[in-house]
Amino acid sequence: MSRPSPVIPGFGLTLGYTLVYLSLLVLIPLGALFIKSTELTWEQFVAIVSAPRVLAALKLSFGAALAAALLNGVIGTLLAWVLVRYRFPGRKVIEAMIDLPFALPTAVAGIALTALYAPNGPIGQFATELGFKIAYSPLGIALALTFVTLPFVVRTLQPVLADIPREVEEAATCLGARPWQIARHVLLPALLPAWLTGFALAFARGVGEYGSVIFIAGNMPGKTEILPLLIMVKLDQYDYAGATAIGVLMLVVSFVLLLVINLLQRRIARG
Amino acid sequence: MSIRRFALAALAGALISGPVAAAQTLLNVSYDPTRELYVDYNAAFNKHWQAQGHEPVTIQQSHGGSGKQARAVIDGLRADVVTLALAGDIDELHRMGKLIPEDWQTRLPDASTPYTSTIVFLVRKGNPKDIKDWDDLVKPGVEVITPNPKTSGGARWNFLAAWAWAQQQYGSEEKAKEYVAQLYKQVPVLDTGARGSTITFVNNKIGDVLLAWENEAFLALKEEGGDELEIVAPSLSILAEPPVAVVDRNVERKGTRELAEAYLNYLYSEEGQRIAAKHFYRPRNQSVAAEFAQQFPELKLVTIDDDFGGWKQAQPKFFNDGGVFDQIYEAR
Repeated sequence: MSRPSPVIPGFGLTLGYTLVYLSLLVLIPLGALFIKSTELTWEQFVAIVSAPRVLAALKLSFGAALAAALLNGVIGTLLAWVLVRYRFPGRKVIEAMIDLPFALPTAVAGIALTALYAPNGPIGQFATELGFKIAYSPLGIALALTFVTLPFVVRTLQPVLADIPREVEEAATCLGARPWQIARHVLLPALLPAWLTGFALAFARGVGEYGSVIFIAGNMPGKTEILPLLIMVKLDQYDYAGATAIGVLMLVVSFVLLLVINLLQRRIARG
Repeated sequence: MSIRRFALAALAGALISGPVAAAQTLLNVSYDPTRELYVDYNAAFNKHWQAQGHEPVTIQQSHGGSGKQARAVIDGLRADVVTLALAGDIDELHRMGKLIPEDWQTRLPDASTPYTSTIVFLVRKGNPKDIKDWDDLVKPGVEVITPNPKTSGGARWNFLAAWAWAQQQYGSEEKAKEYVAQLYKQVPVLDTGARGSTITFVNNKIGDVLLAWENEAFLALKEEGGDELEIVAPSLSILAEPPVAVVDRNVERKGTRELAEAYLNYLYSEEGQRIAAKHFYRPRNQSVAAEFAQQFPELKLVTIDDDFGGWKQAQPKFFNDGGVFDQIYEAR
């Protein structure tokens, strides 16, 4: 092997370290999850994951996470754009605020959002007047997830946006491109891979979110129950195997979806 | 001194002094609403323990949902004693973890339950919806707040109290089931724990009536000053029995059996009973109960053992997957 020596030496050492690290943190816990779920027979497993309540919660969890990720995909792009391309007073403050949803304990976020958006809360009462509910409905769940996953798209887009020099846009303008053409043919291709990463992160985070959602969801069986809550319900019956079955279901669905996003990204990268 | 050197020194110090001068520590794993009770009780017990000629002890308390706390102990949390919301959760320490013998509940007086509570209604000041008893809860337009019995010990007592009333009132299980089905139709939010429901009702002002532990209702009343809420005692409720137990496997490993047993026994002393009563738990001791008789409304109480055949029967029948609680939601 006559590869040029890399900056950080010791391929064996670093790879070994990576593998140990990943095993301890990810592989072993997830492996244990799968092993525990094998205490169930295949029929039992299928019966648990195809129960109507589980399917309803599955749709809700993934649906709300998707909605939140899409919303953040749009608003987050806007935020990143504003923060990178414009200088205005208070920019630093907004910049710092973006990360707050990560720092705040999710339960605190959940309680605060619920108080605001409850049917007679300061904001929720307007929704009540218009005849719909925010807290204690799927809308509230999506709202909490949007809050919790806000930083992902913004933070993945910012460095990429900053790397696109303004000259590129100016050159395109000089060559006669209209603004929408610049957006479509110049900016979008450069941003899309990072955008997809941010989207996927927000989505994955949203699917597993528990702390903020249980306060705002209302947790009505079959209507506003999220999958992680069903896992807690099983655990409170000391049904460890049943809980792992739902865990495995979530893991498999998430893995497939993330894989699809990844493949999409690679196709885009290849052009 | 650099942080690393400080840490090393601290570590060395701990290694050297640890086994020799270690004051005994005791970990009490409890459920949510007992936080304030055990802060007071631990101080009193420490005084009592030292008066007996022992070294002072460090008592740690841990609080959370009763089921979660039981699981933590089963999964290896080294609790010396558990003081949980219902016997069913302590039963699991035997069934799942073999940490205690099966007959744990016979080891202390009164089925190992030094204090009790019950389920009462908390309503808005002036009782605008005129809620007096269980049948008022299913009147049109009344919104009831109670946590999810699948995840909350307190909520299971709520459910069983409602069931017990309906069965006496209407005379059959089917009617009782219809009643609780209607009751839960009027529940707009099912929080996962008792504290969550209290927040929903008191702070977010959702609903007309909160089904609550009596001690939790009194605490909420005390904290907000009595301007916004009042307590209504229904005609019939359930004797909520939150039991206590020494965790044998852990105290044997740690050599703290004497301490742990003294800790639980002292709960039955007049002093312990008085502290429990001050925190709105109903004392077992007759003379202390008489002292605090003013505080607690008199009401008819059913018990889990006499009327439901104990948690071993009640849990699977009502709350496990496919039980009555699931049925009333699936029937919709």
